Amino acid sequence: MLIVAGKGGVGKTAVTAALAVAASSVGVRTLIVEVEGKGGMPAMFGSAGLTYEDAVLVHAAEEHADGVHGGVTARTITPDDALLDYLSSHGLQRISNRLVASGALDLVATAVPGIRDILVLGKIKQLEQTGEWDLILLDAPAAGHAITFLRSARGLADAVKVGPINTQANDVLELLCDPTRCRVALVTLPEETPVNEVVETAYSLEDEVGVALGPVLVNAVFPDLAGLATDPEDAAASAGVTLLDGEADLLRAAAEFRSERTALQHQQLDRMAEELPLPQVRLPYLFTSELGRAELDLLAAAVTDGIRHLDVPGVVA
Amino acid sequence: MTGLPTNELGQVVARSKVVVCCGSGGVGKTTTAALIAMEAARSGRRAVVVTIDPARRLADALGLEGLTNEPSRIDGGWPGELWALMLDTKSTFDGLVRRYSATEAQSEAILTNNFYKNISGSLSGTQEYMATEKLFELAVEGDYDLVVVDTPPTRNALDFLEAPHRLAHFLDHRLYRVLTAPTKGFVKAVNVAAQTLVRALAKVVGADVVDDAISFFQAFEGMDEGFKDRARQVDALLTDDSTAFVLVASPKADTVVEAGYFAEQLHDHRIEVRGLIVNRMQPSFERPGHTEDELATGPDAVRRRAVTLSERPGAEALVDHYTCLADARELARGEESHLTGLTDRVAPAPVVRVSLQPFEVTDLAALSGLGDVVFGRTTVSR
Repeated sequence: MLIVAGKGGVGKTAVTAALAVAASSVGVRTLIVEVEGKGGMPAMFGSAGLTYEDAVLVHAAEEHADGVHGGVTARTITPDDALLDYLSSHGLQRISNRLVASGALDLVATAVPGIRDILVLGKIKQLEQTGEWDLILLDAPAAGHAITFLRSARGLADAVKVGPINTQANDVLELLCDPTRCRVALVTLPEETPVNEVVETAYSLEDEVGVALGPVLVNAVFPDLAGLATDPEDAAASAGVTLLDGEADLLRAAAEFRSERTALQHQQLDRMAEELPLPQVRLPYLFTSELGRAELDLLAAAVTDGIRHLDVPGVVA
Repeated sequence: MTGLPTNELGQVVARSKVVVCCGSGGVGKTTTAALIAMEAARSGRRAVVVTIDPARRLADALGLEGLTNEPSRIDGGWPGELWALMLDTKSTFDGLVRRYSATEAQSEAILTNNFYKNISGSLSGTQEYMATEKLFELAVEGDYDLVVVDTPPTRNALDFLEAPHRLAHFLDHRLYRVLTAPTKGFVKAVNVAAQTLVRALAKVVGADVVDDAISFFQAFEGMDEGFKDRARQVDALLTDDSTAFVLVASPKADTVVEAGYFAEQLHDHRIEVRGLIVNRMQPSFERPGHTEDELATGPDAVRRRAVTLSERPGAEALVDHYTCLADARELARGEESHLTGLTDRVAPAPVVRVSLQPFEVTDLAALSGLGDVVFGRTTVSR
């Protein structure tokens, strides 16, 4: 199980989808679990919205350049659904509908913070144990909340000493803290604030939750264009091309802008490497405006490539 | 007020007493809130900005180490005043409880109740609720010309608008009656079903928790009118003509969709967006006045030129240059197409496009430079 976490706006959902495609392309049967009910993911696969039921996004045995896909399936797990599921599996089915309808979940959730999260995590743990999936990717809530979300197990195991919630919390904790079963991959952007936040989140997760961290996934890294170091006039001369009037200025302005942004990115990536001793997997900036299957395949290729260059085997597979 | 030249957005700010910045996370909302307040200070007004973001981003940008729940003054040599604070949900809530408690004993009973401690930290919408509460406190009781609030990065604008009603609603909860009823003998009979529910709850979460909840509701008895009244006043402030909702977005497809959703929800609440700020726009490197000539060709044509040239020996560097220009234009064109529907929706509100700055906003000087861009005094700040 891999938990994908990062602050809003870093492209966590796209990265999760790309990880799924990458895993599937090496024959791994992959399940994506969405907990916030956001709409973006299925559209990237050209599919409709997700529900509590499994939806196949990439068919197993779909062919691609390197072989055959293991398949990508996705579903949501919301606290309400997870509670109903939980109650009916604990012999409380009779009152379960009334509990939810009367808003009891709200009240219980307030009385016992983290119970929503533990219900969701508990359900995921149950899915993990079916053995139906080689990899479960959890598209976790945005960063601040991700820590609370993952901390819920430890909090509840301490707060509720006996009973089914305690058992549930301990089971989840066992899963979270077992690096052979579960890791967290943090997603960030190569920019100042996202880097600060990912460093902070990484340490909190390790210290407060005890979960093992996988590589940091850095989204939207500009591909290097070495030729930009050459002035456009010289570049044109060396190519034997005559530039139009004013063209050199435009090219120069665009190149300067890109080079400055790229330099800033590298500065941040270096700083992150210094402050956070975790390997980085870099995903390229996509200049296209629509994110579809073709773009996911591109990101997935970068993930696969990035992971092959790491010395940590088996993070995804 | 001094005569700082400004655009239409600046005029909106100048006319308003409250500005609420809303939008999804990661679009520069906190920074935008800060520079709206700074703009007011620069034009001689006394402004305060309430930030919510737990990542303390604004504190970084303002060069303030520890913003607290009370306003601190930021000195920047402007004619007006700039104050900033970081919302502390729990202490704001505590203050509210103290305000509406009939006696010291009642507020103590609530503040020390475990259930309350959980509510004040985790009831969904509490942060939004306290943001509106802080806004109200500063706008009505504070001595400011302008209050700017950053909103929590929620997907739902209604969370913010309806937050004040939520606690009132929560206290009216059917379960409140269910939980308190067993103490009143004569209704016991009709509440057998309810008690089954309570017992089921106790079985799952433990009896302590249920006891805490019951004593919380009992302690709150009689305070709900105060809360409801406050909620109505906050409502009136939010829908007042001197309150402007400013939408902050980035030109990415998903955040534009979310911004559109915000605008729609506000509209349903009879609140119109007064301004749209789109941060981090990619410059397109088009030459003004040359839109029809060869230099203004679209990204595809530029990219084709790169591909054609890649066959030619010695052209590697030029290929990179054309690729770079094509990337920039493709991005810029995509962003504009995402924005089309949104700008139509918020019309006639002014739309300000802020191009991606080739530096990060980490200090006052940078923030002030960005303010010049947002309020139309320059296009690129350096």
